[in-house]
Amino acid sequence: MLRHINQFASPKNFYALSCKLVHYFGGACLLLFVAGVFGGLLFSPPDYQQGESVRIIYVHVPSAWMSLFVYIVMAGAGTIGLIWRIKIMDVIARSSAPLGASFTFLALATGSLWGKPMWGAWWVWDARLTSELILLFLYLGYIALQSAIEDPRMAARAGAILALIGIINIPIIHFSVEWWSTLHQGPTVSKLDAPSIHIDMLIPLLLMALAYMCYFISAVLMRARCDLLALERNSAWVGELIGERSR
Amino acid sequence: MLPEIQEFFHMGGYAFYVWSSYGLCFIVLVLNIIIPLCREKVIIRSIAIQVHRKQQK
Repeated sequence: MLRHINQFASPKNFYALSCKLVHYFGGACLLLFVAGVFGGLLFSPPDYQQGESVRIIYVHVPSAWMSLFVYIVMAGAGTIGLIWRIKIMDVIARSSAPLGASFTFLALATGSLWGKPMWGAWWVWDARLTSELILLFLYLGYIALQSAIEDPRMAARAGAILALIGIINIPIIHFSVEWWSTLHQGPTVSKLDAPSIHIDMLIPLLLMALAYMCYFISAVLMRARCDLLALERNSAWVGELIGERSR
Repeated sequence: MLPEIQEFFHMGGYAFYVWSSYGLCFIVLVLNIIIPLCREKVIIRSIAIQVHRKQQK
């Protein structure tokens, strides 16, 4: 088992594997996006209170879910890299940050575009919105820290510690709608016994969530590949790989 | 234009909000694919030059 992990963790094998995975997940992501967007825009019904503006949730909710998930991946990979010194984990943590920041930005921006017609305001200092904004700053702080420290190992270590401290914010975001009385609505999908969302809206929403997940996996691997090449540029396997390609 | 299509783009009066949400997501997600692709090209080119120099020596 350990040998398998070590093999996977060798940059050369990881690079080869990630090339394959990007193809599979990228393809799945495209199909799911097409199905989800069509389902969301054409086949799902308008809401009885919100009318057509409810269609924003098909991009807003998956963005918000992913903004939390990517943070957990970033902090988790960073911690594994910190403890066991696995280079690939550091690379994955660093590659996740810009994607997480993008998802957080999208969640805030689409939420704002929904809030204007529904609540009458682009922004309110609601617990959910404020904690999500803090998440955006955490991502931006992580990215700034990475670009400020030149030594990649030091940068990864400092980043992992920052990400670990910031992880307190994740349960705060998740439970903010229950702990405080917020303008933002409570959870509607994760109530497992009876989700209070109609099946015709749930299906496109879950399709979009899956599409976002596949998107994240392929996008993070693409970034990780770049980082690995740049980090390992003097190693033999990179030389062989590029030598073969340029021939 | 067909009235149904017009109605679809009108989004019950929420056209601006709905279409800018989808447009924004599209732009950000596509950018996050294009940027690493361009970066990879630049890195591979610079490594190729490095490898080429080594071979000449």
